[in-house]
Amino acid sequence: MMFWSKKDLLGLEYLTQEEILLILDTAESFKEVSSREIKKVPALRGKTAVNLFYEPSTRTRISFEVAAKRLSADVINIATDTSSVRKGETLIDTGKNIQALKADIVIVRHSCSGAANMLARALDISVVNAGDGWHEHPTQALLDIFTLREKLGKIAGLKVTIVGDIAHSRVARSNIWGLTKLGASVTVCAPELLLPAEIEKMKVKATSDIDKALKDADAVNVLRMQFERDENAAFPEQLDYYKKFGITEERLDRAQKGIIVMHPGPINRGIEMSSGVADGENSVILEQVTNGIAVRMAVLFLVAQAREKIKNGDID
Amino acid sequence: MKKVKILDKEAINRSIMRIAHEIIEKNKGIAELCLVGIRNRGVHLAKRLSDNIKKIENKDIPCGTLDITLYRDDLAMASGQPLVRKTEIDFDLNDRKLVLVDDVLYTGRTIRAALDALNDFGRPKSIQLAVLIDRGHRELPIRADFVGKNIPTSSQEAVEVHLEEADGSDEVLIAGKE
Repeated sequence: MMFWSKKDLLGLEYLTQEEILLILDTAESFKEVSSREIKKVPALRGKTAVNLFYEPSTRTRISFEVAAKRLSADVINIATDTSSVRKGETLIDTGKNIQALKADIVIVRHSCSGAANMLARALDISVVNAGDGWHEHPTQALLDIFTLREKLGKIAGLKVTIVGDIAHSRVARSNIWGLTKLGASVTVCAPELLLPAEIEKMKVKATSDIDKALKDADAVNVLRMQFERDENAAFPEQLDYYKKFGITEERLDRAQKGIIVMHPGPINRGIEMSSGVADGENSVILEQVTNGIAVRMAVLFLVAQAREKIKNGDID
Repeated sequence: MKKVKILDKEAINRSIMRIAHEIIEKNKGIAELCLVGIRNRGVHLAKRLSDNIKKIENKDIPCGTLDITLYRDDLAMASGQPLVRKTEIDFDLNDRKLVLVDDVLYTGRTIRAALDALNDFGRPKSIQLAVLIDRGHRELPIRADFVGKNIPTSSQEAVEVHLEEADGSDEVLIAGKE
């Protein structure tokens, strides 16, 4: 049996199949905690988790906060737009100050790819990546995979399609790493301008034909179109996107019966998918939110435990 | 490492049957009674106890499963078991007479954690403790109500309970340090 030994969670690229499965299995046990009348266990009592978010986020930050609180950790939220970050403090300096406050875990979101990795190298305390640039968003992918496994009983052999702005999506990248490591085959679907040429190196199929991408798929993960970030106006017409790539009832009718529809939220109704699909029987979007708590509890617990063991000299 | 067998299959079965009788006797029947086994081997023992109680009283009693990893007093110690497993108590604990079941009673810290965990699930009328082996060396003021066998040990020794459901055979071994 393997033990978790990493003080940080930076991305699914760096994990083995066994480590990913360990997180998923641990999360399964943590899911029960949220169904209790007293939704709290003392596992991280006396530990402090800091949410350090350099990009706006509501759901991920709250999900981490709920997860940490259900483990009895204390949670501090740092809004970087009102902190000394505005006075020019560097990420590493901010991190070292958080460490000097004797916090135990930093949950970081940053617009630069590699920010979490850099912070993890500089600090002895645990770092959890809550999204860094276009790089990774490991807990989102873990909760997507957890939800898929719960619905379909397995990951190996599944056909999963990811639709949306593949080029700029850390959610897509983390999902691709995780799903392929667990033996699923992944198809990515996006307008040509948002489909990077090197994506096929990640062992995925790429297409710009949504109907082809949905045919035979067991699940489709629909990414949010981040028009607010689309500086090059690669896709100027939102309605045009819906016509060509939007997930609608008609498109689902042509896909496999029972195809699972996921979305990391927040949904742009009428752009990425129709309201009927978002609220329909194929959608597991709100279950993803519930599962996100269990997955993040598992991650916080495992990294905190590994750090404790490293501190005690039990592991390097 | 030399291992000595101190209980075999028959001895284990007799102990469990005796404890089943004692539980019924002490509680004057099985009304309001429930069993909760502590992972991992306590779960199998609780199941066997409930089977035996059914043989005697001809009635099922509720049986639950408790994982205490999240209630350990030392986070790093919680790694004795690589995986946090599920707690499954699908009945109401309130106003029940609860018998907590584990394989070995040693320092008492596992039981302390189990009591904390149960507290989060409800308020039983009473909690009793049944163990297959009591090996001494308590670090907390905790004692068992039902004991299969008392085995005086040194803290250098290890007690291994093997059960068919988990290990393929029924036996209790004591492994001494040479």
